[in-house]
Amino acid sequence: MAVIEITEANFETEVLKSEVPVLVDFWAVWCGPCQMQGPIIDELSEEVQVVKFGKLNVDENMGLAQKFRVMSIPTLMLFKNGQAAATVVGLQSKEAVKQLLGV
Amino acid sequence: MKAYDVIIVGNGPAGLSAALYTSRANLKTLVIGKDDGALTKADRIENYFGMAEPVSGCELVENSKKQVKSLGAELTEDEIFQVSWNSGFTLEGRKDTYQAKAVLLATGSARKSAKIPGLSELEGRGVSYCAICDAFFYRGRKVGVLGNEDYAAHELSQLLPVVGEAVLLTDGKPLNTSVPEQVQVLEQKLASVDGTGQVEGVTFKDGGKLDLDGLFVALGSAGGAELARKIGAMTEGRNIRVDEDMATNVPGLYAAGDCTGGLLQISKAVGEGAKAAMSMIKFVRARKN
Repeated sequence: MAVIEITEANFETEVLKSEVPVLVDFWAVWCGPCQMQGPIIDELSEEVQVVKFGKLNVDENMGLAQKFRVMSIPTLMLFKNGQAAATVVGLQSKEAVKQLLGV
Repeated sequence: MKAYDVIIVGNGPAGLSAALYTSRANLKTLVIGKDDGALTKADRIENYFGMAEPVSGCELVENSKKQVKSLGAELTEDEIFQVSWNSGFTLEGRKDTYQAKAVLLATGSARKSAKIPGLSELEGRGVSYCAICDAFFYRGRKVGVLGNEDYAAHELSQLLPVVGEAVLLTDGKPLNTSVPEQVQVLEQKLASVDGTGQVEGVTFKDGGKLDLDGLFVALGSAGGAELARKIGAMTEGRNIRVDEDMATNVPGLYAAGDCTGGLLQISKAVGEGAKAAMSMIKFVRARKN
């Protein structure tokens, strides 16, 4: 499945109301570690079918970053049933993300 | 800006060993050293291959520097604050800025981080090790920078255009750098970093308190792990994560020696330096053809 671009406009429908867990990658263009995290998320989105993957650009969606208290990027947040169920801060290896997702 | 095929950060046994191989492979090589490193503090080395008589760390390092210079590598003294990537690597130092196709971090073992209660617990929740990565989240807010040397001043320079106010906290150490006038410098020792869920401030040992929205850690100089993290290389604690070719997860970025963890011995550093050099030679040549 392709990674979805998450914005203020689709956050509710794509993330909060999603029937499957959603992993949101909070990132920005100027963040070095985010450029390394992105391809890992892309790869996982091809391999893992039970989770939806989204990328949220913090520059363009500062309100959401603030709402979920994102203070350092990359931050990966796993949403389940409309709730932020787990958060990890800093670049994560593919294995670490898999562990977070329980796959 | 000076451009090289390979830049090696660190002039200990891992860095100098790598420089031997890259210079001999005709790659334009620069070795950047901040100081003489841990090895020069060893008076008598009795366990290194081929040394019938004990040799001092200084002697080994000096001989090795002569050796790499004679093979054409350049050596310079500078302190690197930041490594970034944009179709090639840019290294920002205290004295100069450098460019390279491949970079080796051979910065030696990590310094001990400050053991201030609350610091590690609040990492990513207001405690940050990377000003350029996280300044954005503190727009218009008040932050502290923990440190007392040039690296702390560098991190301050990244924060000042963005944040509302920045305070330098030296944690009992004398200020050993210069900071802009508008930056308040507090030299008291720190007792704790406070906050539930996120940083709210710090408490000093004298009982004083200071409200802060964030705290950026920039103690001493930027070690290999800090430089690696800023560019997006994986670290495990204070060690840089590498594969069997000494490659990090960032293409073109390698690490060798004490900064990768494990056995803190010259022989291991020299071996890793050689391996990293082979990988860098391959990497650079693949891009030249």
